[in-house]
Amino acid sequence: MKLKGKAFKFGNNINTDEIIPARYLNTIDPKILGTHCMEDADTKFSIKVKRGDVIVGGKNFGCGSSREHAPVSIKACGVSCVIAESFARIFFRNSINIGLPILESKEASRAIKEGDLLEIDLADGKIINKTKRKEYLAQPFPDFMQKIIKAGGLMKYVKRRTR
Amino acid sequence: MKQTITQKILAAHCGKKSVSAGEFINAKVDFCLGNDITAPLAIKELEKAGIKKVWDKSKIALVPDHFTPNKDVASAMQCKVLQEFARKYNIKHYFEQGRVGVEHALLPEQGLVGPGDLVIGADSHTCTYGALGAFSTGMGSTDLSAVMATGCCWFKIPESIKFVYKGRLSRWVGGKDLILFTIGKIGVDGALYMAMEFTGPAIKRLPMDDRFAMANMAIEAGGKSGIIAPDRITLDYIKQTTGRKYPLYAKRLSSLNSDKDARYHEIYEWDVSKMEPQVACPHLPSNVKAVSKLKNVSIDQSVIGSCTNGRISDLRIAARVLKGKRINSRVRLIVIPATQAIYLEAMKEGLFEIFINAGGVVETPTCGPCLGGHAGILAEGEVAIATTNRNFVGRMGHPKSFVYLSNPAVAAASAIKGRITSPNEA
Repeated sequence: MKLKGKAFKFGNNINTDEIIPARYLNTIDPKILGTHCMEDADTKFSIKVKRGDVIVGGKNFGCGSSREHAPVSIKACGVSCVIAESFARIFFRNSINIGLPILESKEASRAIKEGDLLEIDLADGKIINKTKRKEYLAQPFPDFMQKIIKAGGLMKYVKRRTR
Repeated sequence: MKQTITQKILAAHCGKKSVSAGEFINAKVDFCLGNDITAPLAIKELEKAGIKKVWDKSKIALVPDHFTPNKDVASAMQCKVLQEFARKYNIKHYFEQGRVGVEHALLPEQGLVGPGDLVIGADSHTCTYGALGAFSTGMGSTDLSAVMATGCCWFKIPESIKFVYKGRLSRWVGGKDLILFTIGKIGVDGALYMAMEFTGPAIKRLPMDDRFAMANMAIEAGGKSGIIAPDRITLDYIKQTTGRKYPLYAKRLSSLNSDKDARYHEIYEWDVSKMEPQVACPHLPSNVKAVSKLKNVSIDQSVIGSCTNGRISDLRIAARVLKGKRINSRVRLIVIPATQAIYLEAMKEGLFEIFINAGGVVETPTCGPCLGGHAGILAEGEVAIATTNRNFVGRMGHPKSFVYLSNPAVAAASAIKGRITSPNEA
């Protein structure tokens, strides 16, 4: 699958309270969660972001609370992929489980600038920076994780296996 | 192969003699939990997948603790999802108002988690039960769905970091200070994907409530889990709670410990005998300073409670500092016993009288202000000191408010002075 969009840059240790503040956790409706995505890191993010755009974070992206509402809100506001130098582990699991594409690449995380146009090939983890005419390669996922991704998320994978 | 306690527990839960760091396993889970924020999403996913029965109705806890007593209609609707699901599937450990408490104080107290167990929870502070010698870690809602359906979960065997704490702790210094100090040293991603193993003479003497506070904040260093090998203190504690036998693989308590030559990613050794109370400054739990380094930080609110420090010994410490004193007239002091049992005990011991005479309020058990939920939200520009676990931007309310994290003695002393201070000054 090929993804295309503009980069929105964030720093290190972006936590799930910034991604979706607890004041909005009295709902599980993705539409509502999407309108508050990244609100405490960038108040205008959900207005600026366009379908297909990419969040580029630094180290430890998604740290803090286990709220799955965080990747849900990112997916719901149209973001096609999150690239980071590293991910906090619960956010990592949650993203795989709900089918939000994430890629780990130190090089991409550091080189990509706000507004760069990116093209991403999830199959081989290739990130092409159209603005800078550069290419970066992300860490591949282990086999069984790819199976979860291919199945369309954890519950579909589990259902297939429990049948 | 030499194994850490974490490897031993995980190996025993996937039917292997040993496991290596980096290996992926599918393990059997002993217990799982969700709360009023995470469980509704898990229940939705379960029903969406068309799964009609749960793996084991006695091994699932549903704990509506975050926004309860229901703060608004939307939260009430979320709690209702839990209640209806619990009734429909006859979930044994569903806690209604009046029985509910902050999940990570409640489950150990109810004897639902114990040494050698493998526990997952749809809450990041599930790592708390590592204080009992369990492998216990936080996950998201969909992972909880899968565990509720199958009783199994995939894990990557983590590397471990060993922390050795030497020396005797000074007065007013406890588990919270040890963990804040540790996070300050290694950073909020210092233990990313890893198990944090807390050891050493200072841990051997550390009371159970302080151990809970330490394991609780492993996640704040990015840790997958925090663990303290069970010992006499653990045994004394679980005697009152579970009455349960150890898992078979750990018949002898001594076998539930790391092998001498087990491999560690890193070993840190600190002499903590001269350690002062520690404070994490905004906006990261790793932004840690000794309390004496903080001059003139005025506060508007002091919160004593949460899954980190809302236990009976935390309230006793706060009461010791506050006894016979009045808090600063500009400060709001909010005390939240973490469970009903703690509430009752504190009431019997006369602690509420001390808090109320000092000018504070006592709230019903809830996570409430810790996550900026309700019952103690900060306005723009306000500053709080709290015994909670996170001081991220907007964590306790307005995105332009500020949270400092400390132990209960510092939070109480600071309420008296109106600025962050050591209990020795108050």
